[in-house]
Amino acid sequence: MPTMLEVTDLGHRYAAKDGVYTAIDGLSFTVGSGELVCIVGPSGCGKSTLLRSVSGLLRPTTGQVRLHGNLVSGVPADLAVVFQDYSRSLFPWLSVQRNVEFPLRRALGRAERRERARQALEQVGLTGAAGKYPWQLSGGMQQRVAIARALAYRPALLLMDEPFASVDAQTRFELEDLLLRVRREQDTTVLLVTHDIDESVYLGDRVLVLSKSPARVVADLTVDLPAERDQITTRESERFVAMRAEVARLLHSPPAEVAAPARERAGAVVGE
Amino acid sequence: MTARTTRFLQQWLVFAGLVAVWELATRAARAPFFPPPSQIARAMYQQWLSGPASRLFLTDDVFDHVFPSIGRMLGGWAGATVVGVALGVLLGRSAVAMDFVGPLLAFGRAIPPPTLVPVFLVLFSLGTPMQLATIVFGTVWPIVLNTVDGVRAVDKVKVDTARAFRIQGPQWLFGVVLPSALPKIFAGLRVSLSLALILMVISELVGTTNGIGYQMIYAQRQFELPAMWSGIVLLGVLGYVFNTLLLAVERRALAWQPVGNHAQATGG
Ligand SMILES: Nc1ncnc2c1ncn2[C@@H]1O[C@H](COP(=O)(O)OP(=O)(O)OP(=O)(O)O)[C@@H](O)[C@H]1O
Ligand SMILES: [Mg+2]
Repeated sequence: MPTMLEVTDLGHRYAAKDGVYTAIDGLSFTVGSGELVCIVGPSGCGKSTLLRSVSGLLRPTTGQVRLHGNLVSGVPADLAVVFQDYSRSLFPWLSVQRNVEFPLRRALGRAERRERARQALEQVGLTGAAGKYPWQLSGGMQQRVAIARALAYRPALLLMDEPFASVDAQTRFELEDLLLRVRREQDTTVLLVTHDIDESVYLGDRVLVLSKSPARVVADLTVDLPAERDQITTRESERFVAMRAEVARLLHSPPAEVAAPARERAGAVVGE
Repeated sequence: MTARTTRFLQQWLVFAGLVAVWELATRAARAPFFPPPSQIARAMYQQWLSGPASRLFLTDDVFDHVFPSIGRMLGGWAGATVVGVALGVLLGRSAVAMDFVGPLLAFGRAIPPPTLVPVFLVLFSLGTPMQLATIVFGTVWPIVLNTVDGVRAVDKVKVDTARAFRIQGPQWLFGVVLPSALPKIFAGLRVSLSLALILMVISELVGTTNGIGYQMIYAQRQFELPAMWSGIVLLGVLGYVFNTLLLAVERRALAWQPVGNHAQATGG
């Protein structure tokens, strides 16, 4: 599997009132083409900062991000982001349908755009809300609009920041399976931040566990579950339960000193 | 009766009541400077609405004075809108421009526009160009300042979203920046529209031979007080009508906003 994304020694410091605040520090990992990598970490540890650096929205203070071997300086083409603050990321003056179409205007004709948006909205179960304005929708529905917009864009690399945080449990299962299906069909590479340990194991080919701020990579776990996942059977399998316990342990009591990020079971990479 | 008509009646009942009181009071007092409303209404009818049916009953006065006034007011205001929004976008989107011209804007806004009438009189001589210059100069500031404010306050997450999807150029300007700034821009337009009406009259009081303001000052000099008063009433009506029209346009343009969300004008 060729490497798509290569993050080397990435660090970011924000200007704070008492000097600087180091949000992330010395992060290194790679993501292969077509891989789905989940990132879990304590609240406020710098997950969003990491995604913003990877997307080129934020210039890293140290280290570098390479996409297809090219240094990321601006926002690369072929990339879509689902922001954690989904509600503010929708354009309130556009209807749901037009929000989804908006990023497609440059590349596609009217009819094609319509069709793509219609499909994406159908996939997230929002066909009926296409003509509404974002403020007329519930939080969970708004979040699904943001997801639909990213899916309709059909990016090579999809960055998602807690994309299912506001939807109910049932919809969440459906959206998780939708993501797995879409990325297989479209061969999308996905980097997904979540605070839900179960979700990270269920969705991921790999799980990156981050330490608390400043975030470093505590563990890079390969999820050795069958590629075909099922909400019921996968979640009750012994392997799944063991994996989530391991992630939970790493999160709650990380190894005292993280000198070099541990790469566990480095040999086994799912999908090969 | 619907709630809407009830509200409408309530609002106008007070108004009608006051007019009635005024009528009685002026009739009783017989003060020459305060003609009763009925007399003003008759004067207005005579002056503007007693024309031939072929011209919708409008008199020559309407074509010679009222329409030119309205034309100058709307023309000046429209010019100020174009200049103000363009300037506001340029200044607001530039990181440093406001540091340089901010004080200049504050100063320009602080000059009471009527005081520039003499200057424009010298520059343009009597007539429409002087009046347009006065109206444009007087009404452009609230539009510039509100546009600057609006385009500066584009929500950070929306900026990031647009950047992430590589939205640039006209799509960025017309699809993200201007719509975000639109509530603020409209707040500026509302302020400047009422200023445009004031400046239209003032510029006509000084140096012209037509227009509503000219007619008023002429009537005053001839001691035709009902005619002077009818000018005042007409200005009130025009101000009300234009403001109502602008609000209707605003409501349409900002239909996407959650109800009850009105931006307040800054500066102006
Ligand atoms: N623009 C900023 N300026 C200064 N500090 C910031 C800025 N953005 C984030 N931070 C700080 O950096 C740290 C990491 O923030 P970040 O949003 O990346 O965390 P996160 O892991 O995504 O948190 P959450 O789990 O709540 O989403 C936080 O302590 C935050 O206060
Ligand atoms: Mg976050």
